[in-house]
Amino acid sequence: MLFLIIKRILLGLITLFIVSLITFVGTEILPGDACTTYLEREAYGAALEACYKRLGLDIPAYERYLSWAYNVIQGDFGYSLSGQMPINEVLGPRIKNSMVLASAAIIIGIPLALVLGIVTALWRDKLPDITISTITIFAMTIPEFISATLLILIVAIWLQWLPGIVIVPTDVTFFELLPNIILPVISIAMIMTAHMARMVRSSVIQVMATDYVQMAILKGVPYWKMVFKHVLPNALLPAINVVALTIAWLLGGVVVTEVVFNYPGLGRLVIESISNRDLPTVQALAIILASIYVSINLIADLMTLMLNPRLKSLQIRK
Amino acid sequence: MEINKISEEKQKNILLKVLEVLKTMASRPSGFIGLCILVFHILLAFLSPYLAPYDYKAIDPTLMLQAPSSEYWFGTDSLGRDVFTRTIMGGRTALTITFFGSLIALLWGGLLGIFCGLVGGKIDDVVMRIVDAFLSIPWILAMLLIVSLLGTSIEVLIPALGFFYGKGIVRVARAATHDVIAKDFIISARARGHSNMSIIWNEIIPNVRDAILVEGAMRWSWMLLGFSSLSFLGFGVSPPTPDWGLMISNARGLMSFAYWAVIAPIVGLSSLIIGINLTADAFAKALGIDRSTKAPV
Repeated sequence: MLFLIIKRILLGLITLFIVSLITFVGTEILPGDACTTYLEREAYGAALEACYKRLGLDIPAYERYLSWAYNVIQGDFGYSLSGQMPINEVLGPRIKNSMVLASAAIIIGIPLALVLGIVTALWRDKLPDITISTITIFAMTIPEFISATLLILIVAIWLQWLPGIVIVPTDVTFFELLPNIILPVISIAMIMTAHMARMVRSSVIQVMATDYVQMAILKGVPYWKMVFKHVLPNALLPAINVVALTIAWLLGGVVVTEVVFNYPGLGRLVIESISNRDLPTVQALAIILASIYVSINLIADLMTLMLNPRLKSLQIRK
Repeated sequence: MEINKISEEKQKNILLKVLEVLKTMASRPSGFIGLCILVFHILLAFLSPYLAPYDYKAIDPTLMLQAPSSEYWFGTDSLGRDVFTRTIMGGRTALTITFFGSLIALLWGGLLGIFCGLVGGKIDDVVMRIVDAFLSIPWILAMLLIVSLLGTSIEVLIPALGFFYGKGIVRVARAATHDVIAKDFIISARARGHSNMSIIWNEIIPNVRDAILVEGAMRWSWMLLGFSSLSFLGFGVSPPTPDWGLMISNARGLMSFAYWAVIAPIVGLSSLIIGINLTADAFAKALGIDRSTKAPV
């Protein structure tokens, strides 16, 4: 068991190491370096050399990678070109804001997805299932920027219930932020809920068809007791991994949602730093987002391991 | 002569099979609706230049933000361009780019996945680590970086999209290969002394083809979503080319008094994505593949 956990963590670290290589080599191979892209037309002569000196771009690439990686491990991402301050200071409030958004969406999304998924599975092909499943397909397939734009149009402009875009400074307190995040949270939670509800549905349907559930029905176990005792524990376990992958996958979509609502989180920072050609910040963001992805998957893996004794022996044999 | 006859018969069989799959897809209401929407959009993409009542790039300051009327069915946008014209032409670039992009994704992802699944061992380990690493970088960050540094021309967008949406197919193709590789016919092909290439071509591909095709169809709809997000953010199609993502982002700021300029492209893009999704779902069901328990990776 312990060996397995250590192995998973090591694999995650290796993945992160490769990610750091890819981002470093990627920004190195693509035409233009941090200085030429940042200075644009003024990138010649003394200004360019001064910039190279300042960023230390005049030393060989592998040495730069080593010193960059060494600093990143210690939690120092370097210096933001466009913000003219350490990247850590830029990142701090952004990470906090994005965490608020993501956790609110998860807190609403997961219970709702469970309920919807179970309801649609138990009333399979009946009216509740058909209605909810149709809505989930719409919520799942429509791009984030469309559902967000429609939400703003209907709730903020036509009904005038809530502010449409977030106009707060990056470092506001939590309670000032709260009324502003309702629409962004709804738009993220909607897509997340739809994806997860669909998976819960098919997982429950699969378990309902197994022999032991049929046996329980034949034995005369009361319906709801059977659902809660026999079906759900077995159906929800495999869903953990898929839910984790979905959350991680939505990281890309959060970027778009944050832009639509003008929300000062990590996603908008991605767009800002790319538009400003701020390559050091882009590298930092790639590493951070990849670490979030890897750790969500790791936590999901460990959770399934803890909760499912059968999986332990299975994986060791593998 | 004999050989020609055989290959002719083979072609006939493939045609029959395609027709049969299409029939099964259309027999479910959701599949039928999906196919209709998809066919409509493809026809529209081909025919819209001949159907458009106005020039898509004709700017007229005197016609700014006109409400829908009998003359301008969907109104006009902030530059006085006809929204109806731009809406019916708005899917052409996106459909073309994502179609070829998903073909590339299918090819490299499928072949690499099959190869890794068959060879196994150290090569497989190394390739899968790299694929995992690419999967953990959000596609949007990577795409934005490439596009902002290399430009938004088709020669950049198609291979870049093809690459970033292919890495998920590698996993699917590899898993599908693992499923068939232990079967008797592979072992007997090995015993007959067939090369790896011959085994891939004659034994594995016919057996994993369906799973990979379904994955490719799904990727097409995700890629369309991703590509229109890029356009929406201003990193995709460049103006004045009509494109739904770009139209939505341009008209969004003025939607409190000119909602028609936003609604029209929203309907266009949503219907196309829903159409492709329903079709891909029906396609998966017609081939007997269950995708519903998989995460969108």
